[in-house]
Amino acid sequence: MAILITEETRVVVQGLSGRIGQFHAQEMIEYGTRVVAGVTPGKGGTTVLNRPVFNTVRDAVEATGADLSLLIVPPPQAADAMMEAADAGIRTAVCVTDGIPAQDMMRVKRFLRRYPRDRKMRLIGPNCAGIISPGKGFAGIMPPHIYTPGRVGIIGRSGTLGYEAASQMSALGIGISSSIGIGGDPINGSSFKDILDLFEADPETDAVMMIGEIGGPQEAEAAAFVRDHMTKPVAAYIAGLAAPKGRQMGHAGAIISAFGESAQEKVDLLSSVGITVAPHPSAMGATVAAVLGHKAAA
Amino acid sequence: MDIHEHQAKEILAQFGVPVPRSGLAFSPEQAAFRCRELGGGRCVVKAQVHSGGRGEAGGVKLCDGDAETREYAATLLGTTLVTKQTTASGKRIDRLWVEEASQIARELYLGFVLDRKSERIMIVASGHGGMEIEDLAETDPDSLIRMVIDPAAGLVEYQARELSYQLGLEGQQVGQMVTVLKACYRAYRDLDAMMVEINPLVVCEDGALVALDAKMSFDTNALFRRPQVGALRDPGQEDPRESLAADHGLAYVGLDGDIGCIINGAGLAMASMDMIQLAGGAPANFLDIGGGASPERVCQAFRTVLSDSNVSVILVNIFAGINRCDWIASGVIQAYTELGIAIPVVVRLSGTNVDAGRKLIAESGLPIISANTLAEAAEAAVAARPPALAA
Repeated sequence: MAILITEETRVVVQGLSGRIGQFHAQEMIEYGTRVVAGVTPGKGGTTVLNRPVFNTVRDAVEATGADLSLLIVPPPQAADAMMEAADAGIRTAVCVTDGIPAQDMMRVKRFLRRYPRDRKMRLIGPNCAGIISPGKGFAGIMPPHIYTPGRVGIIGRSGTLGYEAASQMSALGIGISSSIGIGGDPINGSSFKDILDLFEADPETDAVMMIGEIGGPQEAEAAAFVRDHMTKPVAAYIAGLAAPKGRQMGHAGAIISAFGESAQEKVDLLSSVGITVAPHPSAMGATVAAVLGHKAAA
Repeated sequence: MDIHEHQAKEILAQFGVPVPRSGLAFSPEQAAFRCRELGGGRCVVKAQVHSGGRGEAGGVKLCDGDAETREYAATLLGTTLVTKQTTASGKRIDRLWVEEASQIARELYLGFVLDRKSERIMIVASGHGGMEIEDLAETDPDSLIRMVIDPAAGLVEYQARELSYQLGLEGQQVGQMVTVLKACYRAYRDLDAMMVEINPLVVCEDGALVALDAKMSFDTNALFRRPQVGALRDPGQEDPRESLAADHGLAYVGLDGDIGCIINGAGLAMASMDMIQLAGGAPANFLDIGGGASPERVCQAFRTVLSDSNVSVILVNIFAGINRCDWIASGVIQAYTELGIAIPVVVRLSGTNVDAGRKLIAESGLPIISANTLAEAAEAAVAARPPALAA
């Protein structure tokens, strides 16, 4: 079953007509992802990659039944595009855009709350590599061939570090059910906790690897969730042990500005609730292997 | 993006926050003139650098008259101020703010920040302002008053009143405080700030509220729609290497070690720094070359890393998704040709077009050390350091 994207998912690409949108949509189609439409205001009625392009997301949803939207939209228009997707009835929106103003994300998060839980759009990102269910489909900008199909879920803030984890796992013969990038911004659509919840409920996932980093409260929330609600084993790695306090490390959200936001504090907290934390980034694959072995033995 | 105290005060004053009478000075003579403009009596001379802790570091002084003002200004201008928030090299003092002295009855603290938990703007306030606030934040964080603002409704007036009463303000001060709070909120919202801080916000002996210090920082992601904020940037306060890197689309942060890092992706860059530290080395920098990096951008990354004279080895670690290993390899080779690299370079390539990239490196005839994994790369970089440093 995997989570968030399968071979059944109908994907619309907001920003399909752009050079970058077209490039990644092509990759997604070649991988077998069911890309059904594009949306670019002003380009309605044209076709790109043999897919119809619509002026609005609502038109695209009505005509094609799209339920997942990938947003490859420049930062000034990204918040607007997310809210449009939410109002058009899209179930899951994945936004890869980096550089969205924090207050735009504040508005988006407030806007999403206008819908009751069962009709609320799930937002993944922004500033993420996207989501993939290996062998089934993907929505994002990742290199899909590095992911082997399997039964371990990955959740990460960083795109490239997620690739690193996937390739280490592949080298050890461990496959992935779904890999979800939640993004490096201070305000994001879904947190570690939200995605852990989905993996816990997914019958095709046996264990989860979460890749966190310095800054923000979401790893701490995840630790409490794992302690109280997870039955599946969780492995983790936290980047930034060597990062100084008070400096932004590339990601807008990667900055230690409060208590509990340093890598060591997060490692200690995750360890205290029974999460197996990889001692260094080259041990992410081995740590997952150990967690799976532990489960098999139990 | 940070701005100077005087710029923050000018902005907040435009939004309705009362600030003391004052003026900017770039020379000792100008500082003395500002003092006379303010009446020629006691005034406060404040070094304008992008850092807190200026008072403790000797960058703020109460001066009696224009002669003392001139004298003190002369000792500050052109020097650097090292505070507990700056690096050891400090920040250069190019401008001073000369302000009328206030009769302080009480010091409050007021801050507006982005609260990542509620994902909203939060007010943090305390009845104990000034230098005490940092201790209080550590020893008794629960004593700080926190209030979250709903972005749909904005700061509601009753919240501002409630906060004022909680701070122990009374009479006309409540109305003044409501004005200050609403002004700060509007400035935060309308200019895409990330932080507004008034510390101390003082109650004067005559009962009036005045912002004695002010600090603002802004969301760099929103500068495209805030040109008036972008214009306040002072490159003299920035690390020149970081400014140069930013101008070329590279995220660079200078650190204290000797292993220069060129990485793609913020997470992998942090992880590579961690791996270097674990292997017994110390990273000289954080550097993310971003996505779709051209050979020219890679070459520019080398230029940036090499501008740090502490660098004795360079580690290039790429896991290409939207990057291309062949472009990265071409960039490394171009850097050798254009920059005459004389120190060891370790390159680890993985992901998109990796075979083409490795082939280019192998056939270049250059003394590049190749590594297959993150761990190998970090260990090779640490091992490649000159013996004096490795010892």
